[in-house]
Order: sequence, then C-alpha cells, then structure tokens
Amino acid sequence: MTTTEIAPPLPPVGLLPKAREKMGRRFAYGFLILSILPILVGYAWLIIATVSFRTEGLLPRNAEGGIGGFTLRNWDFVTDAAIWNAMFNSLLIALAMVIGVGIASTAGGYALSRMKFAGRKGFLSMTLVLHAFKAEMLLIAIFFVLRWLGDIPIIGNFIGFNSVGGVALVMIALELPLGIWLMKGFFDNLAWDMERAALIDGASRFRVWWQIMLPQVRPGLAALSLFTFIAGWNAYLVPFTFTIGTKVANMPVFLNQLISDTAPTNWNQVAAVGLFQMIPLLIFFIFTQELLLNIYAGGSKGS
Amino acid sequence: MRVEIKNLSKAWDGVVGADNINLDISDGDLVAFLGPSGCGKTTTLLMVAGIYKPSGGTISFDGQVVNEVAPKDRGIGMVFQSYALYPHMSVFGNISYPLKLQKVDKAGIKQRVQKVADMMGIGDLLDRKIAQLSGGQQQRVSLGRALVKEPQLLLFDEPLSNLDARLRLTMRGEIKRLQSDLGITSIYVTHDQVEAMTMADKIAVMSKGVLQAYDVPEALYDRPKTLFVAGFVGNPPMNFLDVEVTGSDGEFRARSEAIDLVLPPDRAEKAAAIKGKVAMGLRPEDVDLVSDASPGAAGLTLGGMVEGVEPLGREDLVGVSINGVEMRVLVDKTKGVKVGDNIELAVDTSKIQLFDKETEQSLLWA
Repeated sequence: MTTTEIAPPLPPVGLLPKAREKMGRRFAYGFLILSILPILVGYAWLIIATVSFRTEGLLPRNAEGGIGGFTLRNWDFVTDAAIWNAMFNSLLIALAMVIGVGIASTAGGYALSRMKFAGRKGFLSMTLVLHAFKAEMLLIAIFFVLRWLGDIPIIGNFIGFNSVGGVALVMIALELPLGIWLMKGFFDNLAWDMERAALIDGASRFRVWWQIMLPQVRPGLAALSLFTFIAGWNAYLVPFTFTIGTKVANMPVFLNQLISDTAPTNWNQVAAVGLFQMIPLLIFFIFTQELLLNIYAGGSKGS
Repeated sequence: MRVEIKNLSKAWDGVVGADNINLDISDGDLVAFLGPSGCGKTTTLLMVAGIYKPSGGTISFDGQVVNEVAPKDRGIGMVFQSYALYPHMSVFGNISYPLKLQKVDKAGIKQRVQKVADMMGIGDLLDRKIAQLSGGQQQRVSLGRALVKEPQLLLFDEPLSNLDARLRLTMRGEIKRLQSDLGITSIYVTHDQVEAMTMADKIAVMSKGVLQAYDVPEALYDRPKTLFVAGFVGNPPMNFLDVEVTGSDGEFRARSEAIDLVLPPDRAEKAAAIKGKVAMGLRPEDVDLVSDASPGAAGLTLGGMVEGVEPLGREDLVGVSINGVEMRVLVDKTKGVKVGDNIELAVDTSKIQLFDKETEQSLLWA
C-alpha cells in the first residue's frame, strides 16, 4: 500500500474545537438536567414522604414542627393481609394478561403476516378502528357481557363479574389490537427464506411458527410483555368498575379505597403504598431490559 | 431422480410468474435456470420445492406427479441466497434440524452431522453460533443442512450471489464437484451466465416467465435459437447490427449504411429470403485485428475508430465505432490499441448469427 496524502483539516474559525465541544456538552447536560428536574423532585418527595411523620415541601417534620421525625410507621401496612391480597390480585391480572396477550398476539400476528385467508384485510383495519374506542365507552356493554359470562356454571365463577379472571379477560381484549399489530409488524420483517427452509427441512406450519419464527421475534414479545404487564399492573378503571369490595381489588383500587375510606387521609401512608406498588414493576423491568434494548440492535441476523 | 415439468404455469391475480414451462431433467444432471431477475426462475424452483402451488401443469419426480405432495415429503434439500439459517441455533443445531424432525436417534444424528460437516470443511465449527461465521462458512452450513438428509433432489437459489468474487469461484468448483461425486440431481438458479456455463450439464434460459431455450451450454453459445439467448449467453455480450442480407450468383452480402460483409452461403441463405432488415449477431471474440503480418481478405473486414479501451487483463475490451455503429470486440492486449486509433478488424463470418427482427427467432437454428 502506498500512502496517499490527505490535506490536514483547516482550523475552525472562532473558539478552539476543544473549548467548543466542552461548551456544547455543558449546554446539553444543563438542558437535560433542567428538563428531568420536576420528575426527580417528585420522586424524591415521594420517597422522603414515605419515611416521614409529615412533610413540608421536601423537608421532613416531626410532631413539634422541627426538622426530622423519620418513622417507619407509614409502612405498617406491609403486615396487613389486605394489601398482600391486592398485590396478589394485581400480579394475577398482570400475568394473565402477559400470557393471554402474548399467545394471542404472536399467533394472530403470524397468521395476519404470513397467511392468506378471507377477511384478512378487513380484520386488520377493523382492529385499528376498534382500538380507537376508549374502554370507558364500552363499560356498560362489557358489564352485561360479564354478568352473562358469570351465569355459566362453574367457569362463570372465574371469568364473570366481580372476579379477577373477568377483569383479566376484559383487559386482554382491550390490549389485543395493539399486541396483534405490533407482532404482525415484527413477523413482517422476517425473511420468507428461513420459513421456506424449515418447511423443506420437514417442519409443520405450527412447528415453523413455534421453533423458527418465535425465537426471531423474542425482542418484540419482550416489549409487548412489558407494556402489557404495566397496563395490567396499573389497571384501575376496569377493575374498579367490575369488582366489588376488597376481596378482588387490585393495588390501584386498594390505593383508592385508602384515600376515600379513611378519614382523615394519611397521605404519607398513601405515598408508601404507591412506592410499594412500583417495586414489582421495577423488578420486571430489570429482567426484560436487556431483551428490550436488543430490539433495534439485532432483531433478525443471519441474512 | 428424474424430474419432468409439463406445461407448468404460475400466476397471481393476472400477473404471470411462469408460463407453460416444459422441462425434462435426467437423473444425476445439474440443470441451471438462467435469466435476468424477475424472469420466473425462482418461481419455477419454488414450485418444484412445493412452496408455491402451480396454477397449471404438473411436476413429476420419477414419473410420480408431486403437485399435491408437501415440501417435506418430496425428498429435497434447498440452499438459499440468504442462507436462511436459523440464527438462534448453533451450527450443529442447524445441520441436525432436518434429522431431528425425521426422528433419527441421537447417535445417528451426531454421526451424520459430523460426516456432512467434515465433508463441507466445517467440522470444527459445530459449536459456533451462526452470527460468528463468515458468509462463506454460513453458505457451507446451509449446504450441509441441505445434504444431511440425503435428498434425491438438490435445489439452489442463487447460492453464491452474496459471496465475494474470489470465494464464489472456489465454492462454484466445490458445489459442482460435490454434486457430481454424490450424483444428486440438482437445479441451480442463477442470473450469472458464467456460473451456469461452467457448472451446468444443461441450461434452461428463461425470460419473462417463458422458457427461451433448454440445451447443453455449448449449444446455447454456438447455436442460440432466439435473440434473447444470443444476447444473454456469452460474456462480454454479443454485438447486434441491423443489416440487409442479399444474395446473387451464390455470393451473399450483409449490408447497411455502416458495413458491407461477405457471408458464407450456408449462414446467409435463409436471411436473404427476408425482405428488409435482419439482426446480425457477432461475438466480441470472433474478430481479429488486421495487421501487415495477417492482412484480412477483401469483404471480410470492418474498419473503425477506437472509442474506448477496457483492459480485462489477458485481453482488452475495445469499443469501436464503425461508421457510427458501436461494437465491442476483444483484442489481444499486446497489440497496444489506443483510443483514437483507426483499426481494421477481420471478421470470422463462419460464426455469425442471424435473427428475424420480428419473431426474434434464429434464421440458422430454427
């Protein structure tokens, strides 16, 4: 190899490049810190409030009005069976949704992406249109459907009105349009050749879906699972409408009962329950974040 | 395995992918489907594989019609341009996948995978992930996966198009040697006519869904039956000139504003019967530079000016303007032809091709 001569770059006019870069970085960090400040203050407030007797702004106060007064009294609820019941119900709803939405979306998304059948186009546009209807508009109709489902012997107890299963069923249905469209998009991006190769290798269509195609859309499925889990965990309107009393209440409904039923409201306890509710979500995110970050880094390799 | 394709057609909502294809592939042969992209060669291949259902016609393996047989029951192996490997499995996982589905026992799988991998020269890569392999290695895995189930018919869909030029040359030889050693009937889809010429026992040239010609490579090169085949087979491609062929007293001449050549009677007879212009084909390699040492005979030479020289290494590809008509010819590089030179070319008129401009059929090998 012979070396070719390259003219050195001309020095920039004005500030030296290093100084300019430093200024730019300072500006960027300044802007970022400023824009997340409100959220940071909010979280700090929440966390301080949960371990304080009382707060004034960000300052914890004791009974005499001085600085201090740290207490774990607000966390007494962890010994209460009712919150663990609510937690369990929340988990049940969220997990049922992750499983239900996951199975239906990957199967439906694959079919809509890869197979030809009558009404495919109509189905796709219908799901989009129906997704535009807010859950609130459907509450009364769903109420009657759940009442009717509850009348079915035996299984009606699990998926009818005032049951965790019924709430999960409704939430799954509301989440499916997004899920199916999302997974269809991921399947659309996969090359046909891999599928053809598997068919020639001797796989059935179901096996192709299960063993060959599903592993390729794992990042998409992880993202969908996370969205679905959050939606299920934070679900308020549907469980609030279709459940009665504390037995089948989930965390957000329980939190609401805390505010309205106890007088006067202990806001610091509400803050503690709110923080408590976030913990499983954080754990779930830690487990899926690696997959999530992979979505755009290496969705389909090998071609 | 003998493969017969009869009146095979495929159309989607009026778009024709393959139109009335008739082919007969003998046992053990390697047949190339050659044509530009979108000519229907892959469509035809996928019908043979059973991925596409034919709109009409039949495909038979050893006399048995297989139109309704599922791909997995056809006893075929296929290699794709994109390799189509399963990225979430190891090399071993990929090659063993067809055997697992056939429920071969574990020891048998291990032994057969190792044997095929050794044959492909990837025996020490079995634990690797697909993403850790180079393109050439991936194509070997893909070939191994196709071979491991000991197929009766091998299908190749442009397997070398994604490889670099040097590797393509090596793999070309390897695939051909492997195929003839194992004696597996094969169909090889390619748009590269050099690949088709060097590897195939017979070539099926396709264009716009229609089978243009099906013959041994030498015949396609020496005796092209259509204008399309003449233009597609051979590299650099054949030159075409519009000429009028006339004959009197047993002497035939091809004339236009630019040229005037004497043609041998056995070539020109049929063309002379046509009133008006015909297309005369002349391969770049069928001319010789006229010099003092080897003067050309009268009526068998063309004079022109050099407009461009592309050195190909062994030869120069020279663009010549002959009274305004462009031609590309191959000239010995030691002659030192330069742009702007006036040169005289002796034409080997015994290799000239003539085509009817209307029907695009040959006037020599109809």
